[in-house]
Parts: sequence; structure tokens; C-alpha cells
Amino acid sequence: MTLTQAEKAAVITIWSKVATQADAIGAESLERLFSSYPQTKTYFPHFDLSQGSVQLRGHGSKVMNAIGEAVKHIDDIRGALAKLSELHAYILRVDPVNFKLLSHCILCSVAARYPTEFTPEVHAAWDKFLSSVSSVLTEKYR
Amino acid sequence: MVLSGTDKTNVKGIFSKISSHAEEYGAETLERMFITYPQTKTYFPHFDLHHGSAQIKAHGKKVANALIEAVNHIDDISGALSKLSDLHAQKLRVDPVNFKLLGQCFLVVVAIHHPSALTPEVHASLDKFLCAVSAVLTAKYR
Repeated sequence: MTLTQAEKAAVITIWSKVATQADAIGAESLERLFSSYPQTKTYFPHFDLSQGSVQLRGHGSKVMNAIGEAVKHIDDIRGALAKLSELHAYILRVDPVNFKLLSHCILCSVAARYPTEFTPEVHAAWDKFLSSVSSVLTEKYR
Repeated sequence: MVLSGTDKTNVKGIFSKISSHAEEYGAETLERMFITYPQTKTYFPHFDLHHGSAQIKAHGKKVANALIEAVNHIDDISGALSKLSDLHAQKLRVDPVNFKLLGQCFLVVVAIHHPSALTPEVHASLDKFLCAVSAVLTAKYR
């Protein structure tokens, strides 16, 4: 699946807004993930998952930074996330189904904060972008 | 997801064994899919879906031949299946989840008829191949 020029532009534009609240959005997305899909907590036995926890905020930032990297290198997401891809393949081994769930939660957080900007077209572009990121992160599993 | 050299060898190997029965296996795959996953019948309201139906046989042949095309052009599956990809994107619009179901049934059929050939390694390669084919067929959906 490839992103069209229009889609890339839409992702870059919405990201410029999201970036200003990236950490908060990251933490919120993870909170949404753990409350709507409790099975995802299985990957974080070592975390304090209570609302506002330092670990949640730290991890939310990590996730959003990676997404920011992917936006910055939107023409070569694979290159930009190569190390993360290996990390997920050889060490983390997060079941691919969970990427859809996290993507969905990120989408909800972004939509909630930017209702007017999150038009159907921007929604589609952002969803496609997150799907691309997810594919890259699961590419080396086998 | 990229097919390794070994994957390609494994896929070609198993297909050389099944190619003489490809059409039969195609039909059996479809039958199994319609029975095990009845929701897939939604795409065939115009078909006689009884066991041994001429339409299932013909359609099984089509599916098998497309897979064989993909194997024959395993280094460029998206090129080989480009028209089929357009067809699925613009006309058929089969929900992507169903490709997994069809792939699963195909694996079962191969396993039943060629149990010793379908070693765990060959199984993995064949599954990867079927995922690659599905990815090509859904690549142009959006």
C-alpha cells in the first residue's frame, strides 16, 4: 500500500498540530489501548499502568517520537524505522493484531483533539499511514 | 514482508508437487472455505455452492491458476497479479480479512494431500507467500 502525494501532505499537516501535544496524545492513546483492550497489558507486566503514570507517559513519548520519525521520512518509512522493526521482530514480538488496536486508539486521540481538522480525507490518510508504519514494524517477524 | 530465497525455493517446490492437481485443490479450498466460514458465501450469491458444483470447480481453477502465475513470477508478484489487483480493488472489493480465510483453507488442503511435503518450514514459506499474494490483491483498495 502506497501513500499518494495528497495523503502524505495530509499526514504532514495533521502531524504539525499533533506534534505540539505529542506526549499527551501518546500517553492518552496507551491509556485508551489498555482500557478498551485489556489483553494488550500482557506486554507490560513491568509497568505501572495507572493513569498518569511516569512509565505510561515515557512510553507514550517513545511511540509518538517514532511516529514523528516516520512522518519526517514519509518517503522511506522502512528505512527510518529499520531498527524499531528489528526490535519488534526479534525481541518484542508484539502480535501484529495489536498494531491495529494501538493505531485505532491513536486515531481516536487525534480525532478528539482536532475535530475540525480530522476530515474524512485526513482520517483515511492518517489510517493508511499508521497501517504502513504497522507493516514496517511487523515486516521482519518471519 | 519479503520472501527469502529459501521461501521461494520452498514455495516452488511444493507447487511443483501440487500443480497437476491445482484445479481440484482450488475447488476443494473454496468448498472448505464456504463450509467453515459461511460468511464468505456473501460474495457468491450468483453461484451454486453445492458440493461438486461446476461453478465452484471453474472458480477453483481460476484461483489456482492465479496462484500458479504468482509462483511463476515469484520475484514480481505485484507485476504478475496487477490486473487481478485492479479487479479486486475496483469491482470485487472482497474484504481483506477473507484472503486469510481462503489462504488458511488452501493450506489445509495442501496439508491433507501432501502431509510429508508440508514440513513446518515449507508451511511457513507457503503461508508467507499467500500473505504476499493477499497483500498484492488488496494493495490498490485505497
